[in-house]
Amino acid sequence: MRLNCDLAEVVRTHRKGRIMSNIIEIKDLHFSYKGDEETPDVEVLKGIDLNIEQGEFVAVLGHNGSGKSTLAKHINAILLPTSGKVLVDGIDTADEQRLFDLRQRAGMVFQNPDNQIVSSVVEEDVAFALENLGVPYEEMRRRVDESLKAVNMYDYRLHSPSQLSGGQKQRIAIAGVIAMEPKCIILDEPTAMLDPQGRREVMATIKRMNKEKGITIVLITHYMDEAAQCRRVVVMDKGRVVMDDSPKAVFSRVEEVKSIGLDVPQVTELAWELRKAGCDIPGDILTEEECADAIERLFRS
Amino acid sequence: MPILETQGLTYTYSVGSPFEKTAVDHVDLRIDEGEMVGVMGHTGSGKSTLIQHFNGLLKPTSGKVLLEGKDIWEDKDKIRDVRFKVGLVFQYPEYQIFEETVYKDIAFGPKNMGLDEAEIKRRVMETAEDIGLKEELLDRSPFELSGGQKRRVAIAGVMAMEPKVLILDEPTAGLDPAGRDKILDHIKAYHRRTKNTILIVSHSMEDIAGFADKILVMNKAKLFCYDETKKVFGRSEEISQIGLDVPQITRVFDRLKGRGLDFGKEVYTVGYARDLLLKQLSEREGQ
Repeated sequence: MRLNCDLAEVVRTHRKGRIMSNIIEIKDLHFSYKGDEETPDVEVLKGIDLNIEQGEFVAVLGHNGSGKSTLAKHINAILLPTSGKVLVDGIDTADEQRLFDLRQRAGMVFQNPDNQIVSSVVEEDVAFALENLGVPYEEMRRRVDESLKAVNMYDYRLHSPSQLSGGQKQRIAIAGVIAMEPKCIILDEPTAMLDPQGRREVMATIKRMNKEKGITIVLITHYMDEAAQCRRVVVMDKGRVVMDDSPKAVFSRVEEVKSIGLDVPQVTELAWELRKAGCDIPGDILTEEECADAIERLFRS
Repeated sequence: MPILETQGLTYTYSVGSPFEKTAVDHVDLRIDEGEMVGVMGHTGSGKSTLIQHFNGLLKPTSGKVLLEGKDIWEDKDKIRDVRFKVGLVFQYPEYQIFEETVYKDIAFGPKNMGLDEAEIKRRVMETAEDIGLKEELLDRSPFELSGGQKRRVAIAGVMAMEPKVLILDEPTAGLDPAGRDKILDHIKAYHRRTKNTILIVSHSMEDIAGFADKILVMNKAKLFCYDETKKVFGRSEEISQIGLDVPQITRVFDRLKGRGLDFGKEVYTVGYARDLLLKQLSEREGQ
């Protein structure tokens, strides 16, 4: 399995015909939660090798307990490796001297919007980290305004966060991260507590940040439709990376994906079911359009 | 015979203040005994306010809530009985667990009802089985369990009261796909055994399609519709317009319809789509 992943990585690099710089480099990362006299250590990450290039949009999938959130927390040094290395933009996350540099480059957005808002006015919340960094006022004003515009929340800059919807709060949290001008944002199930409308808002915002600002996105999610919108999907199971490929390639392995407790999009599942029943239909269908096209071909031929 | 009925149910928050807001506006509803109902509506649509009326957590500003044909607010002293008959499981119920053992936590509700030990034991054992908690877990501390298990303990605690109506507010929120399917399967098992009425609030129409006989949709404080699942999915365009998600598979068939390929049926699960397509394909070959 590991061989396959590395091979895919090599192929991808070759296809692009140039060497891209890795914003995130994870080398043989092991992590254990420490036990005590009675309880043994629990190894959660069992040797992760993962490189992510500047500007990539990567989804990380895995069932609860697969280690995906633990992995995410290593990227901006909330957790440090038991062994192995994590480099972000060349900075070793274990280097305490450079913790501020690191966290400025890699921002994190969490699941619960209510746990990450600190101020009672939206624009003050976005400015919070900049104040801590001692950014001069003019510069801070510019960055706060730009960030709020980028997430389409500028009109709400003087509102109280308590009056906002979950989706709006998550966009404020994203604005707070963007204001730091990071190279990379890690989002740990940012839409899990949102309704469909809020989910769409947040996904649209993340995609725009990636496209327009070139910010690297690592999106941890349970939603297969969100993963299907990314360019690369990393699947984790029992503390290891078990798949690392395009969404098309990953989801076409329907049985394997299901066997580790994950789902595939409904259109992919339908195509797979029809193939099993002997229909001539591609196995890597990922969008509604492709699915409708394939069914139409079946019936018009 | 309706188990739960509302007549002109209206609820207004902060009456007389600048924040006055009508969250539920003249809702007339009849839910029949034994039904499995999916409840949908985006944030702020009034669905949470509505369900909090069903067991008397909120008192209508005007209108009535009838349980088994009787106004629940007719005798204010009897409202406690209503809470035994209508069980409400909130979002993230695992945060409400407090007992020393799983058994005690599930037994808490039945104990408060004044049941005898033998009956309490029967209920704890049966609901634990429905919800998929193994017997050896019952003596453990609930705080040693995984998140998904804790949630099932909390749900079992309400189920063990054997309420005539069980209402669950987003029981699958935050779970992974396997955990989500598991919880829904267990709720279905409980429904098969008890035949009690169940209402499940969910944002996922894909989930709702898998269990609901009927769907209740709230929009802007009003009842948008309450109808059989397939009829509600037949209105997929309107449903999308009010900001809800229609299953992906339904959208594919809507798309095909737009291209002149109409299968004449409302499709909302993958299994049904497969059977329908295979049947139509073999009929075509037969011709």
